[in-house]
Amino acid sequence: MARVVVDVMPKPEILDPQGQAVANALPRLGFDGITAVRQGKHFELEVADDVDDATLAKIAETFLANPVIEDWTVRRVEA
Amino acid sequence: MRVGVITFPGTLDDVDAQRAVRYADGEAVPLWHGDHDLKGVDAVIVPGGFSYGDYLRCGAIARFAPVMQEVIEAANKGMPVLGICNGFQILAEAHLLPGALVRNHKLHFVCRDQWLKVENNTTAWTGRYDLGAEILVPLKSGEGGYQADEDTLKELEDDNRVVFRYVGDNPNGSRNNIAGISNARGNVVGLMPHPEHAIDALTGPTDDGLGVFLSLLDTVVNA
Repeated sequence: MARVVVDVMPKPEILDPQGQAVANALPRLGFDGITAVRQGKHFELEVADDVDDATLAKIAETFLANPVIEDWTVRRVEA
Repeated sequence: MRVGVITFPGTLDDVDAQRAVRYADGEAVPLWHGDHDLKGVDAVIVPGGFSYGDYLRCGAIARFAPVMQEVIEAANKGMPVLGICNGFQILAEAHLLPGALVRNHKLHFVCRDQWLKVENNTTAWTGRYDLGAEILVPLKSGEGGYQADEDTLKELEDDNRVVFRYVGDNPNGSRNNIAGISNARGNVVGLMPHPEHAIDALTGPTDDGLGVFLSLLDTVVNA
């Protein structure tokens, strides 16, 4: 078994109102110096050894992310 | 006219969609998300709600339901398909319509009666309306902001595929004030507002939405 991390982020040109709301809240909470926040999703998959990279990419592109509005990355990490 | 109305786990507006079909003298045929056939219907409505709890993304899981594989195949052959609200999100996730629906720009769930302008009255679902007619129907969604890249927006505008546009303040940050669009053929239409909630002045703000279902009647009868 391996652990695979898929990160999904809104594309830079897509408005991210949730990230903006977080960014706007930080100064009110006394945290200065944060100029921008973007909010995405982080998936951790426990994956059998025979699942290849192409399959993982297909999972990310067709299901975990919507490529119309989101970018994604897949990486294998130490469990 | 037999019109299928799909129910997924978490669908809310299937009953009103069925009622709207009956108001247009159609027979409403309930379709279950696990069904593998469309029971011989002439058209399909994918109604609003929160299919699969909106988990992952709105419509992302519903798009893979067994019944949707049948809907995608039928739509590509020309069957009229209407997606309302969550149904629009599902049709976008299924790539039957371009673009995507994202969180409203001000983050608030919007629930209000909304004026729309009919921008295209040549689709399977809008033939009864005068071009440029303004209709008042409920809008109730938290992720109704229509997004697409510049090329897609230009294509939609150039090919007259924006079917409904918001009148007045943009309620959710949709690009170009887009409330509803169609595919190139005009048989598949998706919109965020709810015409099925505005078919009788007793139960809605107007009966302006009934035209969508009467338009379908014309389409099916003339097919």
